[in-house]
Amino acid sequence: MTQPAPTSTYFQHISEGRFLIQHSPSTGEWVFYPRMIAPRSGANDLEWAEPSGLGTVYATTVKRMKPPEPNVSIAIVELDEGPRMMTHVQSIPAEQVFIGMRVRARIVDGPDDGKILVFEPDSAE
Amino acid sequence: MTRGSQLRGKTAFVGAATFGCGEAPGYTPIEIAAEAARLAIADAGLKTSDIDGLFICLPADFLSGLTIAEYLGIRPRMTNNSRTGGSAFLTHAEWAMLALDAGLIDYALICYGANQRTGAGKLVSAQAPSPFELPYRPNNPVASYALAASRHMYEFGTTSEQLASVAVAARQWANLNPEAFRQGPLSIEDVLATRLVADPLHVADCCLVTDGGAAVVMTRADRAKDLRQTPVALLGAASATWHSEIAQLADLTVSAAQESGRRAFAQAGLGPSDIDVVNLYDAFTINTIMFLEDLGFCGKGEGGPFVASGAIAPGGSLPVNTNGGGLSFCHPGMYGLFTLVESIRQLRGQAGERQVNGAKLALAHGNGGTLSSQATCILGLPETV
Repeated sequence: MTQPAPTSTYFQHISEGRFLIQHSPSTGEWVFYPRMIAPRSGANDLEWAEPSGLGTVYATTVKRMKPPEPNVSIAIVELDEGPRMMTHVQSIPAEQVFIGMRVRARIVDGPDDGKILVFEPDSAE
Repeated sequence: MTRGSQLRGKTAFVGAATFGCGEAPGYTPIEIAAEAARLAIADAGLKTSDIDGLFICLPADFLSGLTIAEYLGIRPRMTNNSRTGGSAFLTHAEWAMLALDAGLIDYALICYGANQRTGAGKLVSAQAPSPFELPYRPNNPVASYALAASRHMYEFGTTSEQLASVAVAARQWANLNPEAFRQGPLSIEDVLATRLVADPLHVADCCLVTDGGAAVVMTRADRAKDLRQTPVALLGAASATWHSEIAQLADLTVSAAQESGRRAFAQAGLGPSDIDVVNLYDAFTINTIMFLEDLGFCGKGEGGPFVASGAIAPGGSLPVNTNGGGLSFCHPGMYGLFTLVESIRQLRGQAGERQVNGAKLALAHGNGGTLSSQATCILGLPETV
C-alpha cells in the first residue's frame, strides 16, 4: 500500500501536538525520518505510532549566537526505539547538554508560526 | 581478482592547474573554471579541441556541464555533471578513468571555479536542507561536523588542542606555499582563542571561504607518455556514500572514507604505509582526524594524538595537505579538486619549498555533504605502475 505523504503527515501531527513516528510491523523496526519505505529493509507496511518520547543525547553542539541572543542547542537524540533525530535540548543552557543525557520529547512553539519537537532533560531519571 | 584492479595505472593525469586562489575579484565562477581549464590543458601540451570528455560541478549552476561545453566551444562525447558535494571531482576522476579505459573518450577535463569570497561573500552550500533539520536552523555545515567532533571527543577523548593542531599543521604548510591565501604564524593557543562557532569548533577550526578554480586533464596511459609532463598514474579510485544528513550517519566517528579508502587501496594493490603524501578535504579540523583514521593512516580513535604529535606537519612522518589545505590554502566552496592538483604537483616534484622529497605515491581524498560522500584516488609516478 502506498503511504499517505510521510513528511506532511509528520508535521501535521506535530502541529496537533502529537509526536508520532513510523513503525513497520513486519520488521519490528521504527523509522525516522518518515519515509515511503523503510530504509534497508524496504518494508512498506509503515504505520504511525507513538514512541515513548524518551531518548538519549547521542551528539551535541552549541550554535554560538551574537550576544545578547542566547546560544542554541543543536543535538542528535537517539530515541529509545532506535532512530536518531536532530533537535534542540531545551530548558537548560545549551552548554550544559551532554552526551548520554536522558531526555524527554516535548512539543513547543517554534521560532516561526509552527510547533516544533524538542527535548528536555528527563526529570524522572 | 580485486574489483577494479584491471584499471590500475590505465589512465593518468597529464595536466593540472589552479587559478584565482584566494581572491579573484570580478570574475564569475565559470570564468575562473575556464581559466583553470586553459592552464591545465596548456600544462598538458594539449589544445582545447582535444578535450572530448567534460567533468564539472559548480555550487550554484546545476547544469554547469552544459555551460562549460558551450563556454569552451567544444562538443564533448561525454558531459558529466554529477554532484556529490566537494568529493565530486574525485568521483569525476573515477568516471573519467572508466570512460577513457573503455575508449569512449580520449582526453578528460575536470574543472571547478567559484567566487565565494568576492562574489557571494559567504560559503555557498549546494546541499538542499533537510525538512527534518530545517526547524532547528543548524548553522550548517559547521554544526554537522561539530556534532561528529563531539562524538569523537566523547568516545576517544579527542581534545580541542588536538583539533587545533590540525589547523596549525595546515598553516605551517601554507607558509611554504606562495599561493596560499592565509599565511603567518598560528599556534594552538591562537586557534583556541578564536570565536567558537559550533562547539567544539572555533573559527580557526573551519575552512576558509575564498575564490578559486582548479582543473586537471586525464588520458589513457599510452597517450600520456607523449605529453609535456611526467604522467601521474591513477592507480586506484573509489567512492562511497552512506548518508546525506548527519543524524542519519550510523556512527558519527566513522565515515564512508573507510570504505572508499579500502576499495581504492585494494584496486591499487597498496596500503597506507606505501603513501608518501596525503591531500584530503579538511573542511573542518575534525575531518583530517577522522579521514586519517578511516583511510588507515592511524587506528580509529588515535587520530587526535597522531595529529598532535606533529606527524602531519612539515618535517613529520606523513605530510598531509602540503598546500595548506582548505584551512589555510584556499576553499572556494567545493575543495575536492585541489587535493588532486596538489597530489599531482608533489609527484611531479613541482611543489617548491613544500616539496616532499622523493614522493612517488600520493593519496587524494574528497568529502561531500556532511561527511556523506567520500571519494579516494591513489596516484603514482610511472615507476609505480
